[in-house]
Amino acid sequence: MNQAELTAGSLEAGEIRRTPQFRFYRRLVRRPVAVAAILIILVVYTAGVLAPVVAPYHFDDADLHNTFASPSGDHLLGTDRLGRDVLSRLVWSAQTTVIISALTVIGGSLILGVSLGLTTGYFAGRVDSVIMRVADALYSVPTFLLILIINATMKDRIKSLFHDIEDFSGIGGLVRSGAPNFFLLSLALSIFGWVGMARLVRSQVLSLRESNYVLAARAIGSSTPRILFRHLLPQLTNLMVVTITLSLGAVALAEVSLTFLGIGVEDHASFGVMIFQYAGPTNVRAHPLLLFAPTIVVASLMLSFNLLGDALTDILSPRRR
Amino acid sequence: MNGLAAYVLRRLLLVPVILFVVSMVTFALGRYAPNDYVAIQAGSRARPETIERIREERGLNDPVYEQYIRYVGKALRGDFGQSVKYRGTDVQDVIFPRLWVTLQYNAVVMLLTFAIGIPVGTWAALRRGTWLDPLSIGTFVLVASVPVLVSVPLLQWLFAVKLGWLPTGGWNERNILGVKVGIFSAEAILPVLALTLVSVAGLARYMRAQVLDVLDQDFVRTARAKGLNEYPVITRHVVRNALLPIATLMGFELASLFTGSIILETLLGIPGIGLFAFESIGSRDYDSIMAIVLLGALVFQIAMLLVDIAYGFIDPRIRLSAEGPT
Repeated sequence: MNQAELTAGSLEAGEIRRTPQFRFYRRLVRRPVAVAAILIILVVYTAGVLAPVVAPYHFDDADLHNTFASPSGDHLLGTDRLGRDVLSRLVWSAQTTVIISALTVIGGSLILGVSLGLTTGYFAGRVDSVIMRVADALYSVPTFLLILIINATMKDRIKSLFHDIEDFSGIGGLVRSGAPNFFLLSLALSIFGWVGMARLVRSQVLSLRESNYVLAARAIGSSTPRILFRHLLPQLTNLMVVTITLSLGAVALAEVSLTFLGIGVEDHASFGVMIFQYAGPTNVRAHPLLLFAPTIVVASLMLSFNLLGDALTDILSPRRR
Repeated sequence: MNGLAAYVLRRLLLVPVILFVVSMVTFALGRYAPNDYVAIQAGSRARPETIERIREERGLNDPVYEQYIRYVGKALRGDFGQSVKYRGTDVQDVIFPRLWVTLQYNAVVMLLTFAIGIPVGTWAALRRGTWLDPLSIGTFVLVASVPVLVSVPLLQWLFAVKLGWLPTGGWNERNILGVKVGIFSAEAILPVLALTLVSVAGLARYMRAQVLDVLDQDFVRTARAKGLNEYPVITRHVVRNALLPIATLMGFELASLFTGSIILETLLGIPGIGLFAFESIGSRDYDSIMAIVLLGALVFQIAMLLVDIAYGFIDPRIRLSAEGPT
């Protein structure tokens, strides 16, 4: 930061408290490309969250009298081979993306990543080296192949586990809603997805651990959990938000790819299912519009995540171009 | 380079350990999966006694750890079991022809990527600040962002269906000097095009950033100050230095060989290692899956090691201590 910016900042500073967080978001908002990317991501994810409300039809509502309909007032993007509304299928597919992303972020990044990162960073020594070796090992195996195999082999076992849960607890419809697949897919993605977050938290904690305020906190007798969660973790929220944002695109793409291969989500709409059903020479020859719908959404989502990622890394380390 | 040698040695020692762990996990997944793969392979009309006999013959009723030890013992002697799809054929005799198919188009993609990406990236960097700049960066980001799963069906629609210039998929081999080569056929154009677009855009974007970094360095100013023409400054001083980090990208390309090929080959019906992996998983062909995973992990390990070594040579400041780069 240069002198002019510093003085400007101190002149502006009146009643409003300008935290580093605030400055970070202000810089982000000043980039039109980043704002556009955020908007696209928000539209897709909001549509996914509100799918039961905003989708005009259910994703499986077939209307065999009205197959391959052109876009019209009733079906804004037309219908497919079974007369299912394409727009509704897109919206429900976005819901799949939202669910998988949320579960994977909570399981992989937040629970596994943050706790392991805090542990390894704060308690150096044997635990640290063991966990970091595991992280190295996870980086040096073909992840996608292993996720594929885990999903393919464990699918039926997880399903029967959920059947047992249904019988035991009396909750119905768990298996039919596709919950086992969501669970398994997110679990597999989490097992391989915590490394980035853990490394980030670890490196930050390593440097913060020696800072004066942690020393002070320890001197007045704060317990270790208190130091970790009250003093260290809040310092990392910005970086954590960035790391999670950067990982969301990969998670979404992994779900779409695995489902395309017939191994990810079942009994639910997904962009992967849509691409699988609408791609291929024969389908595309007759109805190219059907293919454009899911591919354009997936492509714009990936583009937005990349653009946002560029903007975020640019703000955090301005020397990179 | 003493530290580097020690580091490489440590990493090499780690390779068998990781292969061991990966094989154990994959083996356990295969054996604990509820689907009885013998029953699947025997077909729906097989009698229960037959299935039980096959299980007994193959030793599938033994404890899993015994089966695993037996597998490792055989694998170390070069026996990876037999393929299910091609009965009576050893897994390695199926895998290597498949790998050869994947290698062919990937090698061409890599060559094209470097041949196009480096000049394009350099060119984009030298136009910094002009109206071309946002246009070229925008194109790079756009093209690099589109995943193969999206780009291939769209390219297929455009070139094979709409324009009719290319075949829609498949793989067409012909015999050249006794070797089956498929890269010179029209079928190879679509996969090469799809992969090259993504890689070139990614490389050009990276190269542009590297060149811009180098352009700001003092030695470039010195070169210009001593009166060199612009061309030798760029080729001899700038590009050469910008290229160094690019070398590491080769390793990442190699690492993505296995996983990247699954989607592409499934979409286009190319009988390479990716499609084989997909088929084997679908038909619960565990001997083939094990061999593919092991080979994939090995290739991945080597690629990552190459990347690390390249980093070490390029930038001695990166401390390759016994702990490795952190």
